[in-house]
Amino acid sequence: MEVPILKQGHYLIASIQSALTDADLSQLREALIERVGRFRARGVIVDVTALDVMDSFAVRTLRDIAHMARLRGADTVIVGIQPEVAFAMVQLGLTLKGVATALDLEEGLAFLNQQGEGRLEDRRPPGGRIDRG
Amino acid sequence: MATKAKEAPPLPQDPLAHTESTAALLRELVAHLRQNRTQLREEWARRITRAQLLTAMTEEEIFAEATSVYDNYVEALETGTFEALQAYARNLSERIIPRGVETHEVVGIVLLLRDVLARSLFGKYHEDFDKLNRILDAYEPAANRVANTVAVGFVQERERIIRQQQEAIRELSTPVLQVRERLLILPIIGVIDPQRARQLTEQLLRAIRTNRAKVVVIDITGVAAMDSNVANHLVQTVEASRLLGATVIVTGLSPEIAQTLVTIGVDLSEMATVGDLQGGIEEAERLLGYKVLPLEDLAPKP
Amino acid sequence: MADELRLPIAADVDVVQARQQGREVAANAGFTSGDQTVIAAAISEIARNILMYAKRGEIVLSVVANGDRQGVVVIARDQGPGIRDIARALQDGYSTSGGLGLGLPGAKRLMDEFELTSAVGQGTTVTMKKWRRLG
Repeated sequence: MEVPILKQGHYLIASIQSALTDADLSQLREALIERVGRFRARGVIVDVTALDVMDSFAVRTLRDIAHMARLRGADTVIVGIQPEVAFAMVQLGLTLKGVATALDLEEGLAFLNQQGEGRLEDRRPPGGRIDRG
Repeated sequence: MATKAKEAPPLPQDPLAHTESTAALLRELVAHLRQNRTQLREEWARRITRAQLLTAMTEEEIFAEATSVYDNYVEALETGTFEALQAYARNLSERIIPRGVETHEVVGIVLLLRDVLARSLFGKYHEDFDKLNRILDAYEPAANRVANTVAVGFVQERERIIRQQQEAIRELSTPVLQVRERLLILPIIGVIDPQRARQLTEQLLRAIRTNRAKVVVIDITGVAAMDSNVANHLVQTVEASRLLGATVIVTGLSPEIAQTLVTIGVDLSEMATVGDLQGGIEEAERLLGYKVLPLEDLAPKP
Repeated sequence: MADELRLPIAADVDVVQARQQGREVAANAGFTSGDQTVIAAAISEIARNILMYAKRGEIVLSVVANGDRQGVVVIARDQGPGIRDIARALQDGYSTSGGLGLGLPGAKRLMDEFELTSAVGQGTTVTMKKWRRLG
């Protein structure tokens, strides 16, 4: 099942609608990275609200998306991780280290906007991000 | 052989015959206990009061319960089935545990009943020592099983209630407080076991979502110690909160807990810590974009 | 056992199917949604392992009772190449596939019981259980 990717200003928003197979996830990664270049996007939001499980493959794919987007000039934020999903993830040892997360789409957009300002004003990013590397 | 000659009276040849005679003796016993019901249960109730058992109950209540226990007791002796007695013991326990009746009291009263009944058997059969012996042989195992059933029923009910109360206390003792928009405080007090730690995490993660919290201060000033399992769990809670988009600040780490965290190799760059709750809230407000001015900045400089 | 659910694993859609079925079985057995998620995640990991190393195999789901506990039992079976070094396969970060190396050790952490038997050239069986107290 293909994940729809919307373009809004400088941002790309991928909102996952249902459970994804590994192939779906890989396809999402390729589509997003290709579009970051094509649209010269500054930010990427992946909305995972609809996912009721995230295993190591899903987390690795999200991490790859964030790192590859960064290399192509865009910040990524993962939004909508459900409480139960988050708890199972940390027990699995999947903490999405170095990848920004936010509560929902609205928060994700606010985060990307702040990131943009931050670049101009050389300010540290606010909470919700533990990437101190 | 020499040893064989010394053996006690031979066992009955037919085990069935033995059972039958036991059954007959129990029937006789039950008839005796029914006949003397009024007098024996009064004697029993008197002894309960004298031994200062069931002090939480009035004399009328003791007498009423004594009557029920007596009848159930006799019935269990008669039928050899203990389900009814078990159910009664559970029901009795349910009623008396909230009133503070202790395990030793319940064990005490069933042992007293056993003794009262045994004495009355002595009285009835003291002329015929052989008969008395056989009656006691039939009575004792049944009586012990009755005592056991009641005591175990009581303890099980008590444990069930304790478990229930522990649940309730757990829920109460893990308040997630919203102190201002987008800021939650979770003050943890007492001992954290793995089950409570789990419950705490689930509650906190749900609260982050429903309150749209951006910063959480977990204050563990009230936690004296935690083992490495619970410490790991704390780290997982911090990580899971971040996955929901919230930053966690941990405050009030005791030297012992700090030691535990260092020992298990927690990545401290992943966990924001501030000395005390006050400082934690200030840091949280800073993250939320509120400006906190120290008092000395407001006071005129010397 | 009568209520055994056998799910063939031969493609990545089967992995999704297996974890969804696992969640349903856990839900019917009265597990909390948190535990359902944990069980589904563990199934996802071992089902993917089958796909990655053995190409095909099966997941068998069932519910057992044991005194005052009830449990979900997940068995993952394949006739693949087997695991040469089981101890290492259960170590965090060890992977021969270029993955995160969290599949087996992660699933082990999520569940209450975890048992792995494997013979090189013959295949691998993982049996894992999650318990819940009744009453």
